[in-house]
Amino acid sequence: MKYAFFPGCVSRGGCPELYPATIKVCERLGLELDGLDKRGATCTGAGVLQEKNLFLGDVFNARTFAMAEELDLPLLTICSTCQGVMSQANKRLKDDADYLARVNAHLALEGLKYKGTAQPRHLLWTLIEDVGIEELKSFVIRPLTNLRVAPFYGCYMVRPSDALEFKLYPEREDSLERVMSALGADVVDFPGKTRCCGFPILTINERNSVKMVALHTSDAKDLGADALVTPCPLCHLNLDGYQPKAMQQAQRDIDIPIIHLPQLLGLAMGFDAKEMGLSRHIISAKRVLSKIKVPA
Amino acid sequence: MQITVSVRRYNPQDKETPSYWQEYSLEVEETSSVLDSLIKIREEEDGSLALRCSCRSAICGSCAMRINGHAKLACNTKVSDVAEDGGTIKVEPAGVMPVIKDLVVDQTLFWDKVKQVSPWLQPEGEEPEAEYLAPNSDMTHLAGVMACIMCGACVSDCTVLEMDPNFIGPAALAKAYRFAADPRDDQDASRLAALSEYGGVWDCTRCYECVEVCPKGVAPMDRIMALRDRAMEAGYTNNNGARHTDAFEASVSHSGRLNELTLPIKSFGVLNLPAQMSMAPVAIRALMRRKIPPIIHKSVPGVKNVRRLVESVKEEQQDEQAAG
Repeated sequence: MKYAFFPGCVSRGGCPELYPATIKVCERLGLELDGLDKRGATCTGAGVLQEKNLFLGDVFNARTFAMAEELDLPLLTICSTCQGVMSQANKRLKDDADYLARVNAHLALEGLKYKGTAQPRHLLWTLIEDVGIEELKSFVIRPLTNLRVAPFYGCYMVRPSDALEFKLYPEREDSLERVMSALGADVVDFPGKTRCCGFPILTINERNSVKMVALHTSDAKDLGADALVTPCPLCHLNLDGYQPKAMQQAQRDIDIPIIHLPQLLGLAMGFDAKEMGLSRHIISAKRVLSKIKVPA
Repeated sequence: MQITVSVRRYNPQDKETPSYWQEYSLEVEETSSVLDSLIKIREEEDGSLALRCSCRSAICGSCAMRINGHAKLACNTKVSDVAEDGGTIKVEPAGVMPVIKDLVVDQTLFWDKVKQVSPWLQPEGEEPEAEYLAPNSDMTHLAGVMACIMCGACVSDCTVLEMDPNFIGPAALAKAYRFAADPRDDQDASRLAALSEYGGVWDCTRCYECVEVCPKGVAPMDRIMALRDRAMEAGYTNNNGARHTDAFEASVSHSGRLNELTLPIKSFGVLNLPAQMSMAPVAIRALMRRKIPPIIHKSVPGVKNVRRLVESVKEEQQDEQAAG
């Protein structure tokens, strides 16, 4: 199956390990990717642009949707934040024909028009809705037996649930647990899985942001998780990059690796640690690797 | 239908026992609410169960509590929506606020926050002979925010208040918006100045918890975002939040993508050396792992189209503003 692929800024920026890991995993799964980044798709605005200029954000996202429509391909994302911001923009555009027409008047400058048919979907949902859990299991050559992983969704993958169409696709609500189980891992349920990682206020109120990192990583650790798994690179930046500071602030040892969803898939599919870019994390993933007997 | 209600119990008079879960099995109608079930437990099984309720029709805002982990009004939550036949419903007191007994919390924090934003009209100038009038068109957009029943569900599940009681919080900030956006109020400047300080609008993480749990569609977070916009428009831009938003918009408008390297520097303020230095350990660790964005920031292909688009949107917005 072929997709219009929207990688987002961070998968080639602050989390440079994510993009190549995704490409390898998708190739193995037979998901062919046509990168919209190469066609000039812009940032979604990440909710930040929307604070100041919601309309401009919607124009940017409509432009990306129109590009996917032109290719006649479903739109694939790998970032919870991109997913949420796109879903919210799409809802506004689809719910109001006059608004869409106003947006399209600007897109016409480039000869583009959004018809309102795009359905942006995260790789996580695509695994369930397109690949299928049973089919996914057939790609597992290294089951993650005995690996205890805790899910960490990222706010925009779970809220607001109406824009994410949870009623229409109820399996999205526990999609991460379903995928982790399919890979053979033990799922550690924990209360922080749908809470905020703190990243959006990192430069505004670092103390609160780091406190959130400390709370969620230590909760997962105390419940016996070997790693947290996230479909959101922004959560990764905070939970991984600021965990040393969180340990300092909370005055306790935490040291729990944060694994991107594609990396977990890759490990189960037999890729090695280097191919999945696991050496680039701030919190070493070595203990995870030794548990599933993969050389670091 | 048969259900088990697992209730988080706490009795302050029993100093020896911390809070604990107690299970009650009962038969309820398909149409019963969680509140009906709790009242049935209190009346037929365990008179010691403490809970707050009054109108039973989602108007008074008394029965906000956590049901299956999320804040809801017990009276407008149908049992059949949160449990299957034979299933279990977990009921806990609202979060953030201290528990008085069982499902009853002390709402002092909630009310203190609301008081903090001066939730009343403050017009200036000569008093009119009759009411202060406002055209309908200026007021209809406030109907949503005025629907707040002060139940505290948003405060219960706020990710920031969970960390920091200094945050004004979603309910009070929504209330602040209600007055800042009211054309009859003349204290916009002082309101927005206060809300731009520590604990104000910029401390929100934009996590959408409050939007998700609000039983009345108030969408507090959307109001907080609107307040940010108003505060920036009014010139309250000398803070990390406003600088962050400005830098983000500038980067995306100019290059089509985010410049992750310069964003934090610009958010702190280029001359804020202590803040810049505090990032050094994180930056060094990231450098050593090669976990950094490209040093040279590249624009998206065909960035001229993006810039033209931005120009076109801004022209339209300026024309609209000029037209009032």
